[in-house]
Amino acid sequence: MMRHIISVLMENEPGALSRVVGLFSQRGYNIETLNVAPTEDPTLSRLTLTTIGDDHKIEQITKHLNRLIDVVKLVDLSEGSHIERELMLVKVRATGAQRAEIKRCTDIFRGQIVDVGPSVYTIQVTGAADKLDSFLEAVGEAAIMEVVRSGVSGIARGEKILSL
Amino acid sequence: MELLSGGEMIARAMEDEGVEFIFGYPGGAVLHIYDALFKSCKVPHILVRHEQAATHAADGYARATGKPGVVLVTSGPGATNAITGIATAYMDSIPMVVLSGQVMSHLIGEDAFQETDMLGISRPIVKHSFQVSRTEDIPEIIKKAFYIASSGRPGPVVIDLPKDLTNPHDKFEYNYPKKVKLRSYTPAARGHSGQIKKAASLLLGAKRPVIYAGGGVVQGNASEQLRVLARELNFPVTHTLMGLGAYPASDRQFLGMLGMHGFYEANNAMHHSDVILAVGARFDDRVTNTCGKFCPGAKIVHIDIDPAAISKTIAADVPIVGPVDSVLVDLLAVIREMREADSSLPDASSLKHWWSQIDEWRDAHGLWVKPRYDLSTPFIKPQQVIETLCKVTHGKAYVSSDVGQHQMFAAQYYKFDEPRRWLNSGGLGTMGFGLPAAMGAKLAFPDADVACVTGEGSIQMNIQELSTCAQYNIPVKIISLYNGYLGMVKQWQDMQYEGRYSESVYENSLPDFVKLTEAYGHVGIKVTQLSDLEEAMKEAFARKNDLVFMDIHVDPHEHVYPMHIAPNGSMRDMWLSKTERT
Repeated sequence: MMRHIISVLMENEPGALSRVVGLFSQRGYNIETLNVAPTEDPTLSRLTLTTIGDDHKIEQITKHLNRLIDVVKLVDLSEGSHIERELMLVKVRATGAQRAEIKRCTDIFRGQIVDVGPSVYTIQVTGAADKLDSFLEAVGEAAIMEVVRSGVSGIARGEKILSL
Repeated sequence: MELLSGGEMIARAMEDEGVEFIFGYPGGAVLHIYDALFKSCKVPHILVRHEQAATHAADGYARATGKPGVVLVTSGPGATNAITGIATAYMDSIPMVVLSGQVMSHLIGEDAFQETDMLGISRPIVKHSFQVSRTEDIPEIIKKAFYIASSGRPGPVVIDLPKDLTNPHDKFEYNYPKKVKLRSYTPAARGHSGQIKKAASLLLGAKRPVIYAGGGVVQGNASEQLRVLARELNFPVTHTLMGLGAYPASDRQFLGMLGMHGFYEANNAMHHSDVILAVGARFDDRVTNTCGKFCPGAKIVHIDIDPAAISKTIAADVPIVGPVDSVLVDLLAVIREMREADSSLPDASSLKHWWSQIDEWRDAHGLWVKPRYDLSTPFIKPQQVIETLCKVTHGKAYVSSDVGQHQMFAAQYYKFDEPRRWLNSGGLGTMGFGLPAAMGAKLAFPDADVACVTGEGSIQMNIQELSTCAQYNIPVKIISLYNGYLGMVKQWQDMQYEGRYSESVYENSLPDFVKLTEAYGHVGIKVTQLSDLEEAMKEAFARKNDLVFMDIHVDPHEHVYPMHIAPNGSMRDMWLSKTERT
């Protein structure tokens, strides 16, 4: 069982997203994260999802995604070298000595404090999913008030592209 | 430049697309369209009595002709009633275009009268769907729908039409596109030549080969190519429930149907084979029995137009994605080349041992060698009814069926020599399919014999269509096997639930089917004696212009055999009768 990042180029049409999401529930596949937005060509959307499964299941998922009429092309990024990024916004309780500690921790993870209140910091961290997990662990559950993650997006390294 | 309203565009597009029949039912959201049909459309509309029947009739038409069936229903309940028929077509890959009305655009999402989210409800059971948002788009969307429904692996396509977009006062330019291109949809045109070469050498080296051919051969119009290849290779052929007729049943190389109620020789040939050539079949659970025990010594070549059908349940050793007709032609060409280049390759006679083994199986338990059913009871046997039907219609009728024991008996005992003659809901298993499907076939082929094999359970799921048949004079023959039970349910209850007939008995609640048929203006014939059966059936088919309902009372305790032993059985593990098993 491996985690896969499947990146899908699809028609930017109403209903297209529901077909992809519906496929997963209909056939009993898992979606761990999901992220979708239009590309530089407004008629196309790029959808990236992460899922966990053995090779057989991933093959079935990619075949069934390809079968959707709205899906133009897709790639399993985990098959080659790639860059993976996720954006996270975390609101943490930050008072007294903790304020400096959290600031330090944010610097170590190359995050940014994007909003400051008398007892609250909102921190932005980007990176691969495991880096974001580590940041949350470092800050500690007690301080965390709210977490928002964008879901993974990714792109292949080098010349390889996913386009029309 | 011609200006048409949305409703008129739909009517015109049906003509331009060459549609022969529209099966439908009017209602508020589609009244503009129905008015346009009334005023100008040359395509006849068949008013069914329930929207489910509209979809099944369009489906029966599509199965018999190979052309997409067309359905027109209103929003809300009209659309939801169509769902069962759309799902039936989806499971069996049948081309269909469903036009469903929708409430006016500005009311969508407001829980308006007769509003339902048709795109949402139908999403998992359609090949694709469209919601029209601008009247100008209607011609192109209809063209795309027909193209998608009938190309690649066929399937149903839904077009949802908000009422305001069909308003007669808003007119736009109408141009029906000759062709459409979808950048995100390009079905494979040819099989991969490297894979075809691999397949050819595997086939030529086979000592115990079998061709396992499914509905894809019928839908892909590849019967002729299959016949030529099978004969040249002298390979035995077995069909799935959906494939029947693609290879002629009366040919010696045909082993009968395989699977849960498949023939002994077919299931054994599969189990003991060393090479399986799967063509347009999908290794359905009703075929394979326990996947882990499936054909342990077999290498599998799998040809299918749909990559997702390959290696879904059973891994293929040589997958070939492509249209079955062209792949079979290419495969045969490569086989001929290889044989010419190397005369030491085994020829057709090398399969002598395999054939004598198959003939042994056939003689031992084959259903067509001699009657395997118990003749000691005083009742008409359901198998005898199908044998008589086959005899009276010379094996040439279009036969639709409902779902249950009668369906399996029809599949086992009607010898289909041609594709598109056997119309049944194999994937979804929809009771109520038979009568409307027969209507669709009869409308397409008015001079052909069309029979609906059914039971007193299934027929009541769409019996209201007797009225449609009266209105449009659709003289199908209904062969109803009356046993007083939901036969297949009872069989399972006999075999697995110690005969506890939980809700599978009709007791004395059934109507007099002869009188019921007569009430609709048709002819009913009741048969209770075997000695009357053949004459009665001849009379029924002699009445060319009458719908005849044959209410045939059969042995209420008959079971369908062979039957796979499950769970944990392999292809060759079967019950052969109530007492005998492999």
